[in-house]
Amino acid sequence: MTDTIIALEHVDKWYGPSFQVLKDCTLAVPKGEVVVVCGPSGSGKSTLIKCVNALEPFQKGEIVVDGIRLHEKGVNLPKLRARVGMVFQHFELFPHLSVLENLDLAQIKVLGRGKQAARAKSVALLQRVELSAHADKFPGQLSGGQQQRVAIARALAMDPVVMLFDEPTSALDPEMVSEVLDVMVQLAQEGMTMMVVTHEMGFARKVAHRVVFMDRGEIVVDARKDAFFGDVGNERAKQFLSKILQH
Amino acid sequence: MFAHFDFQAIVHALPYLFEQGLVFTLTLTILSAIGGLILGTALALVRIGGGPVLATIATGYVNLMRTLPLVLVIFWFYFMVPYIGQWLLHAPRPIKVGGFSSALLTFVMFEAAYFSEIMRGGIQSVARGQYAAGLALGMTGAQAMRYIVLPQVLRTMLPVLLTQTIVLFQDTSLVYVLSLTDFLGAASKIAQRDGRLVEMYCFAALVYFAICFLASLAVRRLQSRVAIIR
Repeated sequence: MTDTIIALEHVDKWYGPSFQVLKDCTLAVPKGEVVVVCGPSGSGKSTLIKCVNALEPFQKGEIVVDGIRLHEKGVNLPKLRARVGMVFQHFELFPHLSVLENLDLAQIKVLGRGKQAARAKSVALLQRVELSAHADKFPGQLSGGQQQRVAIARALAMDPVVMLFDEPTSALDPEMVSEVLDVMVQLAQEGMTMMVVTHEMGFARKVAHRVVFMDRGEIVVDARKDAFFGDVGNERAKQFLSKILQH
Repeated sequence: MFAHFDFQAIVHALPYLFEQGLVFTLTLTILSAIGGLILGTALALVRIGGGPVLATIATGYVNLMRTLPLVLVIFWFYFMVPYIGQWLLHAPRPIKVGGFSSALLTFVMFEAAYFSEIMRGGIQSVARGQYAAGLALGMTGAQAMRYIVLPQVLRTMLPVLLTQTIVLFQDTSLVYVLSLTDFLGAASKIAQRDGRLVEMYCFAALVYFAICFLASLAVRRLQSRVAIIR
């Protein structure tokens, strides 16, 4: 079990007293694996991934990330989150900072890196996502696809042990989806552990090891990729797949 | 009425008006604005994330300040602060505060109520996702506020904050009730002494108008320069 980076154990979460968004969710992401989480909207997939780095609280069960139990008393959440990269649906770049400063900030303030070391890392990562030419621009001057690549670079600057993606391409114009997916594919092929909430089944086919299907707050299917795309064995998942794959 | 308008009376009074009066007014305005912004930001943060008890106290404070006339608060502080100081410091008798300190304290506490409303609106207008993005990068809540949310709030709210400061600049003239000599007070004194009421009050009005008008223009120009590109 030592190589399990993320383990969810019987996680329950309610909004208010009666609305249960997550029901008995159990899931493990081993080191080096790419797990794609899909499901209809409102099925709780975004909530699930936000629970992993404690951006959303959960009431029952336990989540263990890189050996740290989230529900343990006195757990150092900032320290944990610094090692878990997160990419948001709406990018959430800091609009008042330049692209480079977006990458520098947490390295300096959270990891305590020197300014020069941080800048060197930022420059290298921008090159990697092919945005060196835009280093001194502000996020508002970039296209959605470019912003999302900057956001991935910003997360990578922290040297995370795992990357979480919360619908990274859903807010993008169609022609920009592939430039973001390309970066994610490359990342996956380099062995990064990833948990990805997405409807991009092409991405799942290409690099996922496992696919998880959620419906109404429950994990309904958790299967190896081939098994998932072969015969899901679950009516709900079949319906879902046929709907998003028919076009 | 203007047949006997004596410009010479104004010219003679200029050094006193500006060196004493206007310096006092500007000092009080700037210090009050800075203090008010700091305290106001703290109040806003408490109201948003300080827990129910502290938030209620802060809200009560803001509402109290906003429902009282400023002159009343100036008086009230002037008479109460020496006794509050005595009580806080366990001093044998009411402590000496002085008119300027008392006025400054009053304006800081009064303006803080208004600044806190501005800052609160600003903080709530910054998308929640921005704060979450800071946390996701490993920042503490305080770091996310300091490096991500507040810098954006200050930029977007700067024009409103400065406009409020212009109002404060005018309001400082109320310190006349404590017999302090601000710009208007200085003009008033000379008017009484020389019997030149028309000249001095016209001139004072002109100066207030000029300063506030130019400041408003400057704010408008600044607004476009500090705006965040979205």
